[in-house]
Amino acid sequence: MSRDGEEEHGHEHSENELRAEALETLLTEKGLVSSEAIDSIIRLFEEDIGPMNGAQVVARAWTDEGFRRRLLADANSAIGELDLTTMLEAPLVVVANEPSVHNVVVCTLCSCYPSGLLGISPAWYKDPSYRSRIVREPRRVLSEMGLDIEPSTEVRVWDSSAEVRYMVLPARPPGSAGWDVERLAKLVTRDSMIGTGRPRDASAVESGK
Amino acid sequence: MSSVDGIHDMGGMQGFGRVVVEAEEPTFHAPWEGRVHAMVYLLIGGGVGSIDAFRHAIERITPVEYLSAGYYGRWVRAAETLLVERGLLREGELTRYIAGDRMPPSAGSTVPGERLKGFVREVATEPRFAVGAEVRARNLHPVGHTRLPGYVRGKRGVVRRVHGAYVLPDTNAHGRGECPEYLFSVRFDGAELWGEGAESAAPVSVDLFDRYLDPIGA
Repeated sequence: MSRDGEEEHGHEHSENELRAEALETLLTEKGLVSSEAIDSIIRLFEEDIGPMNGAQVVARAWTDEGFRRRLLADANSAIGELDLTTMLEAPLVVVANEPSVHNVVVCTLCSCYPSGLLGISPAWYKDPSYRSRIVREPRRVLSEMGLDIEPSTEVRVWDSSAEVRYMVLPARPPGSAGWDVERLAKLVTRDSMIGTGRPRDASAVESGK
Repeated sequence: MSSVDGIHDMGGMQGFGRVVVEAEEPTFHAPWEGRVHAMVYLLIGGGVGSIDAFRHAIERITPVEYLSAGYYGRWVRAAETLLVERGLLREGELTRYIAGDRMPPSAGSTVPGERLKGFVREVATEPRFAVGAEVRARNLHPVGHTRLPGYVRGKRGVVRRVHGAYVLPDTNAHGRGECPEYLFSVRFDGAELWGEGAESAAPVSVDLFDRYLDPIGA
């Protein structure tokens, strides 16, 4: 699949754009939305809510065992302890990777994602290929995405079929002992919180910066 | 209201090929995508339609158009459907507006319904299943919206979490009330879902409402 069908269906892009513009004009005229409110939501997702927030949560869990326990027991409350901009409207469940368990998240029916914490999901997360295949052949899909899981490690797929949202707590990379939260957060990738990737290697983050 | 066994229910489908990952992907690929995302957010938050009604509007897009319109293309179509059904847009008003033809603005502008108030509800009953209970997902093919994926219907699984009670999408999508029910995380073995050739040690957990489940044994 191409991104949003744009490559095979170039006309769809412009038709979508025209529909979107017309929709905004008509809804604004009716007083149902305002351009300012639209702008502020876009700004929120482009600037304030994104994987960097999830990275703070993960890094904190790596350094604070009490926080980790609270996060796994009641993620919304635990995340509320941190000074982060979030819009979590639904209960979030954080599932932790362990040496014998790897977790990965999907929404086969639509596109459910903890966007109130991690921001807008990547296009591939919403595309038919990922949604159809990750439940049926997760090891193969993960391998194609560059993540080989040992046969001895169980792969647990979480299909977000209702209003509960899921996020993966990846394992802390070796070589990061003694690092503070800010430095550890640089290791955390969006995909490691979806379960389709690992955090960066500690060597990838320059020492002391 | 159309049947639920639609193109959106993609779990286990084959033939879509590799997952295409875009490097350095922007938050939105074009400004209109962000504006559609924000508009839908505002409309749902403002009570024009529930998230369930919006999802059902997406599910009623024909399969070919569902696949060709792209993600936000589906959103803009579903938003139009909801607004027409709520009397806030006239049928065809958007298309005619694009063609430069203004329709008389007689469609309503009052927001019906209630504002978003979350999805979790208190219910007086105890959950029917405890952690560890063996269950079978019912083989339901309801007309209308549901969150019971096709690939688990008729399959055996084990309750691994009891999430509490949630607004039931099956009724709420159609304005038939919240009818809150307990929601269970049910884990299905790969072989149960996909047969003998399934990948080993690759279970799938799905969040399923009480009415989607039958007890096994007991």
